[in-house]
Amino acid sequence: MSIEVLMPALSPTMEEGTLAKWLIKEGDSVESGDVIAEIETDKATMEVEAVEEGVVAKLLVAEGTEGVKVNAAIAILAEEGEDPDNLEAPKAASSSDDTSEDESGDDSADDAAEADTEASDDSSNTGEPVFVDHSAPDASDPEIPSGTEMKETTVRDALRDAMAEEMRRDDTVFVMGEEVAEYEGAYKVTRGLLDEFGPKRVVDTPITEHGFAGLGVGAAFNGLKPVVEFMTFNFAMQAIDQIINSAAKTLYMSGGQMGCPIVFRGPNGAASRVGAQHSQDYSAWYANVPGLKVIAPYDAADAKGLLKAAIRDPNPVVFLEHELIYGETFDVPDVEDWVLPIGKAKVRREGSDVTITAHSRMVGFALQAAEQLAEEGIEAEVIDLRTLRPLDTATVVESVKKTNRIVCAEEGWGQHGVGAEIAAVVTAEAFDYLDAPPARVHQADVPLPYAGNLEKLSLPGVEDIVKAAKAVCYAE
Amino acid sequence: MAQDAPRFHVPAPHARPGDTPDFSHIEIQPAGEAKRPDVDVPGMETRDLALGLIGVLDHNHQAVGEWDPKLDAEVLREGLKHMMLTRAYDDRMLKLQRQGKMSFYMKSTGEEAIAVAGAMALDKGDMVFPSYRQQGMLFARGRDIVDMMCHCISNSRDNLKGRQLPVHYTWAEGNFFSISGNLATQFPQAVGYAMACRYRGEDQIAASWIGEGSTAEGDFHGALVLASTYKAPVLLNVVNNQWAISTFQGIAAGDAPTFAAKGLGYGLASLRIDGNDFLAVYAATQWAAERARKGHGATVIESFTYRADAHSTSDDPSGYRPKGEGEAWPLGDPIARLKNHLIGLGEWDEERHVALEKELNELVIKSYKEAESHGTLHDGPLSPVESIFEDVYAEQDWRLRRQRQDLGV
Repeated sequence: MSIEVLMPALSPTMEEGTLAKWLIKEGDSVESGDVIAEIETDKATMEVEAVEEGVVAKLLVAEGTEGVKVNAAIAILAEEGEDPDNLEAPKAASSSDDTSEDESGDDSADDAAEADTEASDDSSNTGEPVFVDHSAPDASDPEIPSGTEMKETTVRDALRDAMAEEMRRDDTVFVMGEEVAEYEGAYKVTRGLLDEFGPKRVVDTPITEHGFAGLGVGAAFNGLKPVVEFMTFNFAMQAIDQIINSAAKTLYMSGGQMGCPIVFRGPNGAASRVGAQHSQDYSAWYANVPGLKVIAPYDAADAKGLLKAAIRDPNPVVFLEHELIYGETFDVPDVEDWVLPIGKAKVRREGSDVTITAHSRMVGFALQAAEQLAEEGIEAEVIDLRTLRPLDTATVVESVKKTNRIVCAEEGWGQHGVGAEIAAVVTAEAFDYLDAPPARVHQADVPLPYAGNLEKLSLPGVEDIVKAAKAVCYAE
Repeated sequence: MAQDAPRFHVPAPHARPGDTPDFSHIEIQPAGEAKRPDVDVPGMETRDLALGLIGVLDHNHQAVGEWDPKLDAEVLREGLKHMMLTRAYDDRMLKLQRQGKMSFYMKSTGEEAIAVAGAMALDKGDMVFPSYRQQGMLFARGRDIVDMMCHCISNSRDNLKGRQLPVHYTWAEGNFFSISGNLATQFPQAVGYAMACRYRGEDQIAASWIGEGSTAEGDFHGALVLASTYKAPVLLNVVNNQWAISTFQGIAAGDAPTFAAKGLGYGLASLRIDGNDFLAVYAATQWAAERARKGHGATVIESFTYRADAHSTSDDPSGYRPKGEGEAWPLGDPIARLKNHLIGLGEWDEERHVALEKELNELVIKSYKEAESHGTLHDGPLSPVESIFEDVYAEQDWRLRRQRQDLGV
């Protein structure tokens, strides 16, 4: 195989230069390290060394040529045993075409289509568009055996139970964060954990979200399963580099060598009158990032079942809770090991006229809106997204095919939001089924104000959902 | 009088292009003078070591003082060889980059002792979280040189599957973490990794390296707080090579007398060492590792050195620092110093040195040839197309499968 000698760069900014002098001629043998030419720019001169050994088959650029582009082939070396006279000059730099043994290196679209399709598991690859079933595989909530007792539990305690059960089950699970130990959490979510598990597994941290998120990432690289509590996700802004650049990307960047099994959890979104810096919904931020899983449950059963799943998951999981539903009580099935599938939405109310999607606290508002709508003869189907990444779009699309209308409700801002994503998916995958443009309900496009009256005006609520649902049903 | 009025202040280096290199302002504590305390010394009692300079090799290339690790000649020769291989590798990779064989490269010239002696003084089971300028550790730990090259040219044998910049190695089986392009993030991670070793009751420790410029990152300060609070078994190394691209060390140091001195504020044992002195780096690392392993907590080590070459292949230092500054560096060249020490001991000579240099150069050339047999950046073969969708998650979910199917692979 022949070897091209390329025009080297003297500096990172150099684009072209003059080939001042050849110090070799065709037919010469060169060793790696031999000086073979001199090149010049207006600033400097440099000797070109042979990187490979071989016989000079052709000098492609004449001595004294100006404006030779960096990386253009300037000479060809023949390797030992090759006949230098039979080598052809390349048509252009870097388009060497004598690589017949190269089968999988070219990743152009044409070749990709012809590439080995063995790996493709459930679609025949005929070149025609293929409808791909993309529902989460076999994911469904576990059957609750008849006769199972339902235990009334607050979301707060359900989260605590999830952590406690997983800590009993797996010694490598530990909880860390500000105020999690003696104080039992700023919102008392870690109540009782210090008593049961001691200070080795329930660790108070200094106030350095970025620092302790990084500490957690490092512990996870070592195979532990940290549950990192942020007092609120607003403060996790300091840690977002560790969450995204390290936790989410390292498995990929390391070629699969270093994974990061970690859970970042805490309250997300608005509380009551705590101002703009303490009231932001980060759903769309984290759900944008490949490598993360993002969960935002509504009721206590989902909070427990999904947090247990998150702790067991080998990937980094962002688990978004909501301060204003910590104290709400729901039924939780009293079963041995309540674990729910990540990536599966839940139809919380069936209906035929309009689909409403929501997550976290907005699910409660969507259910109330559905009740009001029912009184006016509109049957809404309420889908609790539960997981934002991977997003169960199949359940949403199926629902829209039935109802032909959709309202996407979320607490955060609209632009590039969760609702925007769902609207785009529905428009792309169920366009012909839609009888109205998708509608979105979200926070006013302002930082959340402090004063109660203004805060109420900014945040989306039941009435906003009712109004949007009626609008897409052309009921008003 | 209106003197000492507040002035807007931005510090500047002593010399810029066109100036004569000048290091006369640097005070260098003579080799052998620094005391070596017991490894359980309270952090605050390392004040003199944080402000001084621990050196072992004196100007006659003799090992002197309490910090002399008294290594066998065989170990010294091994260290010399790893440093020489690192330099030969760096030099060759730069040339290859200039000829378009890879997009980017970063040399560690002048800083070889920090990586090589640091790695040799640790156990192979200890986890290292280096920055992008400690490739010498890979040689010291026995990584296959062809594998390293395959990564840099992203070919079909790149263990990072074409997903990471050249030089940003990962080598999990060698306990070498995945190098981060975001500076200093590995510092708190090393603390967490080290704590996890104790959590499991294991004897392993962790060590991390960052440049002096990135000590200004929050990660540095978070890591030092956490390492101090939890007495983590970790070595936090600051490689002060004087230059963060074009930014001289004073921009990050501020009025702090040394970078090691910053560790004192957190109550951590803090050492400032001659980073071009193989023996000093070895001895300080060994001391800090023993301290960590015995449960006395973390150590901050500032390695005082000079970045003898450009920051990366995208950088041209002639625009911001004087020519010849590297040669004027008062602490010399780490390879030459260890070589002269070995010669002084009667354990090495010029002939063997030249022969070894030749042998290592040939190894690098031969290895690159072999690396190219697994593919080149321009002509492949590279990682297979479908691998783009692997390792985003531990298991491929439906969205990734769908993307792969859409691509027809």
